Amino acid sequence: MGFGPFLLLAVMEGLVSAAVLALTAVGLSLVFGVMRVVNVAHGAFFMLGAVVAWFVAGHVAGPPVWGWLAALVVAPLVVGALAALVDISVLKRLNYEPEAVIVATIGVLYILEQAALMSFGPDARPVAAPFTLRLQLPWFGYSGYKLFVVVAAAAVLAGVWLLMARTRFGLLMRATQVDRNTARAFGINVDRVYAGTLAVAAVLVVPISQVHYLMGADPLLLAFITVIIGGLGSLRGTLVAALVIGLSDGVISMFWSPTLSKIIATLLVALVLVFRPQGLFGAKA
Amino acid sequence: MKVWLFHLAVLVALAVLALMLPAYHANNLARILMLAVFATGYNLAFGYTGMLSLGHALFFAAGMYGAALPVSLWGLGALPGLALGFLAGGAVAAAVGLLALRTAGVSFMIVTLMFAQAGYLTVIYFNQTTGGDQGIVLSGAGRMLAGLDMTQDGPRLMVALGLYAAGLLAALALVQSRFGRVMLAMRENEERSRMLGYDPFRVKLAVLAISGLYAGVAGAGYALLFGYAGAGFSGVQYSILPMLYSLMGGAGTVLGPLIGAGAMFYLIDIASGLTTAYLMGVGIALVVLVLFAPRGILGWVRERVLPWLP
Repeated sequence: MGFGPFLLLAVMEGLVSAAVLALTAVGLSLVFGVMRVVNVAHGAFFMLGAVVAWFVAGHVAGPPVWGWLAALVVAPLVVGALAALVDISVLKRLNYEPEAVIVATIGVLYILEQAALMSFGPDARPVAAPFTLRLQLPWFGYSGYKLFVVVAAAAVLAGVWLLMARTRFGLLMRATQVDRNTARAFGINVDRVYAGTLAVAAVLVVPISQVHYLMGADPLLLAFITVIIGGLGSLRGTLVAALVIGLSDGVISMFWSPTLSKIIATLLVALVLVFRPQGLFGAKA
Repeated sequence: MKVWLFHLAVLVALAVLALMLPAYHANNLARILMLAVFATGYNLAFGYTGMLSLGHALFFAAGMYGAALPVSLWGLGALPGLALGFLAGGAVAAAVGLLALRTAGVSFMIVTLMFAQAGYLTVIYFNQTTGGDQGIVLSGAGRMLAGLDMTQDGPRLMVALGLYAAGLLAALALVQSRFGRVMLAMRENEERSRMLGYDPFRVKLAVLAISGLYAGVAGAGYALLFGYAGAGFSGVQYSILPMLYSLMGGAGTVLGPLIGAGAMFYLIDIASGLTTAYLMGVGIALVVLVLFAPRGILGWVRERVLPWLP
């Protein structure tokens, strides 16, 4: 395989990870933008969505597509309910104090991860893709499902954008960004939207990568990176950053090493926060 | 005076305890003491100066590899290794601080977390040298610290106790000094102390570097005393643990980190006998502490019983 096709493959892989990344990051950005809360348990919620998807898919008879569709309905409900529970029982009682919330959500992260370890077990398990279409390019075959993920992610993101930019709900949400106290009153709804998009991302991703109780670590890190580089609370910035990071991650991982690409990305975040705290696309705070 | 006598009495009590404990618990105590050194330094930054860092694993790892690499690769003695680790922790903390302290609050937490994560990934990336997850096992001459054999339980505990005693007394002297008052002022009201003519950046940088020295010597000590350095010690978990110890024992108390480290160590020890998911205990402890006991054990004692406790 020549350099050109190799690069094409890297870009396609990068596009898929950018799509998933945008989905996981957009919720985080939303929650931060509206509630000013940094949720460290983010990756654990993602993992939980994947575990629920695995569980549901395994218990629905018939072709894989039924189980997958069922998971697409059930996982957001379960993760949303859990997010609401954490919000009511812990975060609200902490008055959304930023530093206390981080410490508490680290605790939630450990609890969820270890609960998954005890119930789900330490092994990685696959979930069957809803369809197995293979796209034959002149140089290599490519999974049609992966391309579907990109399209689906774009659709969900468009939905979130419409919700925030074109509806009364979104208007209220954006208005609360100005006022912390009002934001708290409305916050819980954002929390569910966030958990919902996150769970959809998890269901989309499980047929590509396997389900594992530690699978939340990478999305957590990458989503943080995306949100920060894009500018906390900026939807458009998050999308652009997801594309840049997803693509560069795909290319650097393919040609050098995944670890190197992560080192570069984490250092980039630290430097962006230090020298351009509003993010590359965010407005001045 | 009362304060110094009290802390000396605690150290004497620890020494007596060290002599009486059976081997298994003596070994645990050595580990707890090294982790307490780490957490005592963390607490100087977090409890006293109000810097909530999520990146101290990087300083711990700097100390650990700063000692373990020269010892295993070039046959450096353990004592210079310990000194190197000590300095490496402080130097890395100062370098991170120069950048990270331009931010505050949540941004500071994320920046330190990201630097630590980059450090962890770097350890993995150079696994030819660092051994990655497999780590480095130290043996032979590398375990002879100033003529004491670190493979023996007795001398090991003695060295751990010595390091902790030095760390404790230095921390006590620091928080009792005028500079210690300035540290508290930074925590309570940074703007006001700036107005009074103090430079918050310099004060915080100095405290972070001191905190890094503690983390460095703890990391180096941990590697030399127990003969192992691995990538796991630079993971995010080792940034969380000193915070947990400080919160549990009492943030902003000198002895709190030791109490927190001891309590948490045995909590996890008991839990890991019951289940493989022993980190569950860490998670529950964090949530419960933040919700119901934000002042920790010693913070509570100071409030009710011993108001003069530093």
